Amino acid sequence: MLTELEIKIVKELQSGLPLVKRPYRQIGQKLGLSEQQVMDKIKEMIERGLIRRFGAALRHQDLGYTANAMVVWDVPEERAVTVGKQMARFREVTHCYQRPRRPGWPYTIFTVLHGQTRQECERVAAKIARETGVQNYQLLFSTKELKKSSMEYFID
Amino acid sequence: MGMDKVDKKILQLIQTNFPIVSKPFQQIAESVGVSEEEVLARIGEMQKKGIIRRLGGLFDSRKMGYTGILCAMRVPQTDIDRVSAIVNAYPGVTHNYLRNHDYNMWFTLLAESEKKLNEVLNEIKLKTGIDDILQLPAVNVFKVRVNFNLSGVPQRDVD
Repeated sequence: MLTELEIKIVKELQSGLPLVKRPYRQIGQKLGLSEQQVMDKIKEMIERGLIRRFGAALRHQDLGYTANAMVVWDVPEERAVTVGKQMARFREVTHCYQRPRRPGWPYTIFTVLHGQTRQECERVAAKIARETGVQNYQLLFSTKELKKSSMEYFID
Repeated sequence: MGMDKVDKKILQLIQTNFPIVSKPFQQIAESVGVSEEEVLARIGEMQKKGIIRRLGGLFDSRKMGYTGILCAMRVPQTDIDRVSAIVNAYPGVTHNYLRNHDYNMWFTLLAESEKKLNEVLNEIKLKTGIDDILQLPAVNVFKVRVNFNLSGVPQRDVD
C-alpha cells in the first residue's frame, strides 16, 4: 500500500508537472519536502513500478495513428499463454491480454493494433493469423471515441 | 498539426524518462539545442493544443491497489448519447469507444476495490436499463506499450 506521502506525490504528478525551471522544487515546497527528496521519491516509485512511465502522455490519434483495431482471437484456454506471448512479439501489436470466455463470447486473446489505415490493420491481423494458426478472429475498429482520460487516483 | 522539427525532438525526449534532475527543461534544451525558456514555452503550447495530454506520471493501477476491467455493452444506435453520458460520468471510466460490433460500446473501468467496481457496474445497469454487460478482466497481460515515436514506428516499452 502507499504511504500518505506517496499518495500526495501521486496527486501532484497526476495534475501535471508545473512548467517552471525547477518543477521538483515547486512540488517540494507544496509538500514540505526538499527538491532532492521529491526527486528521490519519484525515482523510488519508478523502481517499484508504481509509476509505469514518467513523461508526456500524447494524443496519438493526432499523430497519424488513425486506425486502432482491437482484434479478438478465439484461442482455447490451454493454449492462451503460448499464443498470447507469440502475438505480443509482433511489432505492430501494442497491447496483448488474455481475458475469460463468456457465454456467446469465445474470444480469449485481445490484441490492439495501431495502423495508418484499416487495411493495414487487416493485413497485420491476417499475418498474425497465418503465423499462429488462429483462424477464428474478429477486428473491432473504433468508430468513435466517447471518452479518453487519465485516471485520477485518490480523489474522494 | 503545427509541429516542427524542434517540437518533435522535444516530444521524443519527454515521452519516456523525463529527466529527474534539478533543472530538467535545461537538460532537454541542451540536447535539442535551444534555450530553456523556449523548451518551456513550446511544451506549454503543445499542452494548450492538446498534443500533450499530460506531463507527469503514468501509474500502474494494479500496484496502486486499483482493479480494472474491460466492459462491452449492446446499445441501440438511438440510445448512444444517453447511455454514454451515464457511463462516462464515472471518473473510473477512463476510455470509452464505439466499435463496429454487436457489442458496440467498449469501456474500461477502474475502481479502488472489487466491491466498488461491482457497485459501479450495477449502477450502470440500473441507470441505463441495459442488463447485459460483457465483463472481461485481464487474466494475463502479455504486452502493454504506451509510447509512440514520431516516425511512425512504435517503440518498445514493456513486454
